[in-house]
Amino acid sequence: MLDLIDRLTRAHGPSGREDEVRRLIAAELGSRVDGMRTDALGNLIAWKGGDGPRVMLAAHMDEIGFMVTHADDKGFLRYAVVGGMGHVGLPGQRVVFPGGRVGVIGAEPVDEPKDLKHEKLFIDPGTDAGIVVGDVAVFHRPLERAGHRLIGKALDDRLGCAVLVEVARRLDASPNRVFFVFTVQEEVGPTTAGSLTAAYGLQPAWGVAVDVTATGDTPKARPPMEVALGKGPAVKVMDQSLLCHPRVRQALEEAAGAAGVPFQREILERGGTDAGAIALTREGVPAGVVSLPTRYVHSPSEMADLRDVEGAVALLLAFLSKPLPGM
Amino acid sequence: MEVNGGDRLRELLFRLCDARSVSGDEGEVRDILRQELNGDVRTDTLGNLLVRRPDPAGSPEPVRVMLAAHQDEVGFMVTRIEKDGRLRFAVVGGIDPRVLPGLAVLVGADRIPGVIGVGPPHLLEPGAKPPVPRAEELLIDVGCSSREDAERSFKVGDYAVFATRAREIGSGLVMAKALDDRAGCAVLVEVLRGEYPGVELHGAFTVQEELGLRGARVAAHAIAPQVGVALEGTICADGPAREEPHWVTRVGAGPALSLMDRTSIANPALLDMLQGAARADGIPFQLRRSAMGGNDAGAMSRALEGAATASVSVPCRYLHGPASVASLADMAAAVRLMNAFLRELSRTGFRSRP
Repeated sequence: MLDLIDRLTRAHGPSGREDEVRRLIAAELGSRVDGMRTDALGNLIAWKGGDGPRVMLAAHMDEIGFMVTHADDKGFLRYAVVGGMGHVGLPGQRVVFPGGRVGVIGAEPVDEPKDLKHEKLFIDPGTDAGIVVGDVAVFHRPLERAGHRLIGKALDDRLGCAVLVEVARRLDASPNRVFFVFTVQEEVGPTTAGSLTAAYGLQPAWGVAVDVTATGDTPKARPPMEVALGKGPAVKVMDQSLLCHPRVRQALEEAAGAAGVPFQREILERGGTDAGAIALTREGVPAGVVSLPTRYVHSPSEMADLRDVEGAVALLLAFLSKPLPGM
Repeated sequence: MEVNGGDRLRELLFRLCDARSVSGDEGEVRDILRQELNGDVRTDTLGNLLVRRPDPAGSPEPVRVMLAAHQDEVGFMVTRIEKDGRLRFAVVGGIDPRVLPGLAVLVGADRIPGVIGVGPPHLLEPGAKPPVPRAEELLIDVGCSSREDAERSFKVGDYAVFATRAREIGSGLVMAKALDDRAGCAVLVEVLRGEYPGVELHGAFTVQEELGLRGARVAAHAIAPQVGVALEGTICADGPAREEPHWVTRVGAGPALSLMDRTSIANPALLDMLQGAARADGIPFQLRRSAMGGNDAGAMSRALEGAATASVSVPCRYLHGPASVASLADMAAAVRLMNAFLRELSRTGFRSRP
């Protein structure tokens, strides 16, 4: 699974430009699913399983990035952020454009550190690299391993993509019709366009997003939060986008028990996932989330625990192996 | 022909800009548009004016295209009539509080003039920086002496608009209120005069865009477009207050194509096609250099199972202010660009990604 995560995080896939990730996932799934298609916005939808109720699993392919808005005559590039990204810590970071062209984030001089804003920053590609307005860069960092811990860019949400790919490959039989949806544009608001339109088309009976969540296990973490790395996947209770349906949450927790996977309950005070959009599709869809605890989310060095990721796979396999309980 | 087309465009634009059409009260603009349009035209529940042009070639599977321009503008609504006969108001849509004090407005369907009051500078403490009042602290003075007097002409819920008449300034520029989005409306009327074989064309003049893309959302649900293009008036900050990299767009440099904004990301294939069509026909265009703002493309992209969307916008200085400035040549180029794009779509069809 480590190799899969490595390949997925290496792929270039800012919101709206997820093609490389989609091609990679489609190749990884190959003949291990019953079929797949790409919809109008670029969601990759694969399916497998029986003729029972339709379950939609969603993990987003896109990552945060930097869209070039202006190139001056010396080749310095101004950018707009794609997705939620603070400016603190950006100067000196390396970013990469499609095709592997690398740039460094530089800063104009400022009198006070608080004067530093995105408008004062620029990307320096070193040479006239033929980068044009509209090109999008992402953080340039390899995946690293420290014991059970994984450190890399775009763990949000290539970890979720890896979980869905692994579940799709290992799922032998399910009484349910399972849709593995690799969504686009989760990182850009106001409502996540990819999962919303995919759910509209699929009309699932249940929806489950697999995404990263923040943790409370670092010094003086704010707001205080129970979730920690290495204590298993988290089953979400609530975030800013969704109060998880209690029956979905209960079924996920029971599945963790059946699989012998430790899990933690998660309440995220800032942030949301694809499940928020799925839940409000058409006449409403009961929805929940399996979360992968991750530190330093939306930074070039997100950190997660491989055991939590593997736990999420086992949890979902157990969840899908049984018929959906009645509401 | 170009000159006549330009005159027609300007004449229509001026009539549209001078009409009163704050979000939720778009009747005047809708009436003007109705007179300009023929064929299959209907008004839906929210007030969207929807025009359908069947494929002139009668192809079995034409590309279903929705072009959206919004009828509404930012403005004001009377919320209370005060004892002294002045009118308390709420702002409808996003208006910079700095433009309000001293502003001339027209209140109600009868366009009764009034002014948002501001104290005389003589009474400011010497050297003091005058504060920017919040909208709720301000009042419209309509010259009435008491509540009873005011109630004869005004009621709570009346809308007010900027008291600006459209006119040409400099060479080829227009100064008017509501260029966002009467510029898009005028462009769309002209585009709907064309014929595009292989395309089932829907023109949607939407309502309540300024309050969160409300009209476009239901219009797109009804139309179910494969391709959606918002025709807009967009941000332009091409003055000395900002450095050139942060201008977003420039007046006179052609229509602006959006890369992304807060509500949607342009479909890359559509963006390529628009740029290719512009280059092939020698039509000037620019890329919109910001991710701020939002428009009806956001609502179209999210409708049903989703649509490939883009935005073609006329750069407007002083957007959402009492007088914006735009270029007639940019508008005419937007019309030509959309003609060329739709002809290209006729020729090649559309694939949302390679």
